[in-house]
Amino acid sequence: MSSQDIPEENLPAEQDAHGAVSVADEKNPFADPGLPPHEHRVQDIDERAAKRSERVVAMLFTVSMLATVGFIASYVAIPHDKSIYVFPIGHINALNFALGLTLGLALFAIGAGAVHWARTLMSDVEIADERHPIEASPEVKAKVMADFREGAKESALGRRKLIRNTMFGALALFPLSGVMLLRDLGPLPGTKLRHTLWSKGKLLVNMNTNEPLRASDVAVGSLTFAKPEGLEETDEDFQTQIAKAALMIVRIQPDNIKDKRELAWSHEGIVAYSKICTHVGCPISLYEQQTHHVLCPCHQSTFDLSDGARVIFGPAGHALPQLRIGVNDQGYLEALGDFEEPVGPAFWERG
Amino acid sequence: MSTNTETEARRGKAPAGERVADWADGRLGIYSLAKSNMRKIFPDHWSFMLGEVCMYSFIIIILTGVYLTLFFHPSMNEVEYHGSYIPLQGQLMSEAFNSTLHISFDVRGGLLIRQIHHWAALIFLAGMFVHMMRVFFTGAFRKPREVNWVFGFLLFVLGMFTGFTGYSLPDDLLSGTGVRFMEGAILSVPIVGTYLSFFLFGGEFPGGDFVARFYSVHILLLPGIMLGLMVAHLILVFYHKHTQFAGPGKTNNNVVGMPLLPVYMAKAGGFFFLVFGVIAAIAAIASINPIWAMGPYRPDMVSTGAQPDWYMGFSEGLIRVMPGWEINLWGHTLVLGVFIPLVIFPLVLVTIAVYPFIESWVTGDRREHHILDRPRNAPTRTAFGAAWISWYFVLLMGGGNDIWATHFHLSINAITWFVRCAFFVVPVLTFVATKRICLGLQRRDKDKVLHGRESGIIKRLPHGEFIEVHEPLSQDALHTLTAHEQYKPAEIGPTVDENGVERKVKGSQKLRAKLSEAYYGEESQIPKPTVEEYKEITSGHGHH
Amino acid sequence: MAALVVLLLALACTGGLYAVFAPASKAQADDTAQSLAIDEGKKLYSVGCASCHGTGGQGTTDGPSLVGVGASAVDFQVGTGRMPAQQPGAQVPKKKVIYTQAEIDQLAAYISSLGAGPAVPSKAQYGPDGADIAKGGELFRTNCAQCHNFTGKGGALTHGKYAPSLEGVDPKHIYEAMQTGPQNMPSFPDTTLSEQNKKDIIAYLNAVNGDETVSNGGLELGGLGPVSEGLFAWIFGLGALIAVAVWVAARTAKAKKS
Repeated sequence: MSSQDIPEENLPAEQDAHGAVSVADEKNPFADPGLPPHEHRVQDIDERAAKRSERVVAMLFTVSMLATVGFIASYVAIPHDKSIYVFPIGHINALNFALGLTLGLALFAIGAGAVHWARTLMSDVEIADERHPIEASPEVKAKVMADFREGAKESALGRRKLIRNTMFGALALFPLSGVMLLRDLGPLPGTKLRHTLWSKGKLLVNMNTNEPLRASDVAVGSLTFAKPEGLEETDEDFQTQIAKAALMIVRIQPDNIKDKRELAWSHEGIVAYSKICTHVGCPISLYEQQTHHVLCPCHQSTFDLSDGARVIFGPAGHALPQLRIGVNDQGYLEALGDFEEPVGPAFWERG
Repeated sequence: MSTNTETEARRGKAPAGERVADWADGRLGIYSLAKSNMRKIFPDHWSFMLGEVCMYSFIIIILTGVYLTLFFHPSMNEVEYHGSYIPLQGQLMSEAFNSTLHISFDVRGGLLIRQIHHWAALIFLAGMFVHMMRVFFTGAFRKPREVNWVFGFLLFVLGMFTGFTGYSLPDDLLSGTGVRFMEGAILSVPIVGTYLSFFLFGGEFPGGDFVARFYSVHILLLPGIMLGLMVAHLILVFYHKHTQFAGPGKTNNNVVGMPLLPVYMAKAGGFFFLVFGVIAAIAAIASINPIWAMGPYRPDMVSTGAQPDWYMGFSEGLIRVMPGWEINLWGHTLVLGVFIPLVIFPLVLVTIAVYPFIESWVTGDRREHHILDRPRNAPTRTAFGAAWISWYFVLLMGGGNDIWATHFHLSINAITWFVRCAFFVVPVLTFVATKRICLGLQRRDKDKVLHGRESGIIKRLPHGEFIEVHEPLSQDALHTLTAHEQYKPAEIGPTVDENGVERKVKGSQKLRAKLSEAYYGEESQIPKPTVEEYKEITSGHGHH
Repeated sequence: MAALVVLLLALACTGGLYAVFAPASKAQADDTAQSLAIDEGKKLYSVGCASCHGTGGQGTTDGPSLVGVGASAVDFQVGTGRMPAQQPGAQVPKKKVIYTQAEIDQLAAYISSLGAGPAVPSKAQYGPDGADIAKGGELFRTNCAQCHNFTGKGGALTHGKYAPSLEGVDPKHIYEAMQTGPQNMPSFPDTTLSEQNKKDIIAYLNAVNGDETVSNGGLELGGLGPVSEGLFAWIFGLGALIAVAVWVAARTAKAKKS
């Protein structure tokens, strides 16, 4: 839709282009009186004031030089691990403080000197500069259009359709090579997000002690984090594996567990849930032992660990996956299989 | 040396400087370039320097960033730490984190440069935000500057992502949490999300690739584009010449101020050093992103108070207050709880970016505008902008809900519910309130023009009445207060012509007429005083 | 004046002498002292605690059972001033301690007589000797940081509850909190977080959030991360630059007309 169909008279009047006379206009009191006459600064009429300004500017530049010397001296003299107490900041690194302040001062003084110079000693007479329309004049436009038509005609692009079409085809296709090259940025997802390191018989290893957990170790009201047996911090894929396998273990009085499946998958009230939030994957673990609520510190999704870890607040879309656990003959907690659903954030293929 | 040149000059040869300039002119044509630019006029106003704050902090970021690349290792190989920070000694960490610790503790001045880099980044984004709002509220985006508005907007958006990728590079526990959030958000995209995530991270999260990939994006791709956009932005500022506020002698056809050489050369050049100095001093005084306190990233660890840098805070707010909607159908999952915020995130930004085009469509004004509006004189625009800011800040608040909860002893759940409601309510309230305030200010201006300024002098009249003496305004002030333009609402015109034949009116035309009425109808602006009104009052009553 | 000094010296000497000789007789008096402490504790309990926790510590609707919580829990709750609680709320806050340490010990003795529970840790358990600070950091990030923040500055929980700041908290109380899990904090018993682990965590906290901790970069800004940094950048960073810009762009003062 063009805007030409608004009647011209509905547009406000253009402003007066010319600067009107500066005396009060009897006919139009609102008219532009034009630029006010220039008034002198102290420095313009008093040479002593100008000299003072000059000295201030020179002093600022000198301060800058001294500060740079201070910077170099600090760099050389202050050990990099020395700390000092500065009121009211506290205990801080001496070198960082000294270097930052001297550098800051050296730069600020240059700027302040230049600006003071400009403000007090350079001319402050305001000058008006004419503006010219950005749009080209009709003659220029006509010339450009004619040139373009001429050029287009000479190229014969309109006439030789075969050239035009094949050229467009070639230009449209070649970027596909670039797209193809991106294919090896990563492997295809496959079912990788559905599986973790957990499998039947894998012991639950305490993150703190790196020892397998016994059922008797886990007290009601306590909170423990576990990883699958065999996964060590030094493993090459530790980060990627722990991102899915991290486990949060709590013990709830079996009477207090509301969800039947949760109770069935627990061992005497010891339940193992994925530590990875189902919202966007933060390690969720703000466990409130009296309410059995667990809160995610990133986006406040709240899950009820006594009720199948269902979502009771926040942006998470589904419950935390539970790992089915039991004990082996030696009394160690073990997994009874992998998670039955993918852990972590939901994705399109999750279902 | 000087005597040498003098003697040469006396022999009829040009001085050395001039000869160098001649040489350059013969090859680069610098004289023609300087002719129009050397004495270019820039108007004086502090708000016109906000853009410079951005440009200078960007330059500071580039300078310090280059220094940091000399020491930073963009690698996720695990190494054991043996540097001088004791509470991390012997810990496993990526080389990226290790080298950042090295910069912070073992390179002299490295910590300072890191802190300058990061503080400058926060100030750069804050500066762009304020600069953009200055342009918005004064209507500086109008023709011929729409393209430059878009360039500026792109710089802001790219700045956000450059910041985000940079913040992720040290591979610390806080930024890793942010990257994890990003992975979760990408996974929520229907159909292709899982693939996108696997391509971005080179497989499953976190993998061993993202630091190196973010590194090339952070130091080359995005800043390269930004540098190009910034140069274009600056060229257009020179080409269009700067806008100015209305005032005596200032018209739409001129620009009044000081010349580039020497005043602005000194002021703008000096301002660079002032900005750099202030940021260096801040980096000396205040700590930023102490990654050593956060520790290396591990996907099974987290800390409370996990927030992104402020410019990403509104997206954090969006994701925090969204209810957890999820649809499972035919073996597929639509993660609305994450995907809706992911869609609203760009919409929030685009809302403000497209505004200039909507306004120009409503006004149908195709003239160039070089005189800035006072925000009160464009009440609908001002109210819209204020509403947008309130919307943005409501979300920003939502992004820090846990910090507000602990520091103001509030319930995090209550804050979340408040933000959920405020998301819809606060912008509307802000719009209404701002518009009323603008109209009130317009009335006051009108009153001032017609009745003069309140002098504070109380006079008692012979019959006992007390009045306050009003002083008439000078012509300068009268002109300044009445210089703004006022549009009339666009009309569709009669829908039936003189022959009784119905004219077809397009829906878009009706919408436009409605919007125009809302913008410029009787309820949306106070008619500015006319000369007749002024004369009647001043001649009728005389001056009080 | 001189008399006063002599008197003080004499008192100090007697105190010193008592301290030297007391342990010898202590062993014999131990059992009696223990039962005395329980009796005293019971008296204090019935005055200050029984209204909520029941006359025998069995708990009421207003307060949980104290059977089996152990001396450690009492020392933590009363020693940080949380107990006795003042008013109902989302969480019982830390307050001014109203009992002396001797009274707290008597209360603890009484409560531990109701049922066995963790004992008050000794200085050797929470002291810095033999602690691995870096390991403590890893343990802190695994077990504690999610609620208490990277360096123990505290954080929010649901419905107005919060994990308090650990700044300036007595290492003994930190140890006891891990042992007993006060209020909504889960416990970290020795079976899952060993004594050495706890010692490491306390040493780490002292290193990153103690009185002598060096904030290398300067002002810590609360140690809260990007929220306070963002506020600082806006208010002091951009604020200072705008102030400078106002100066740069302002008109220079004109000479006064005479």
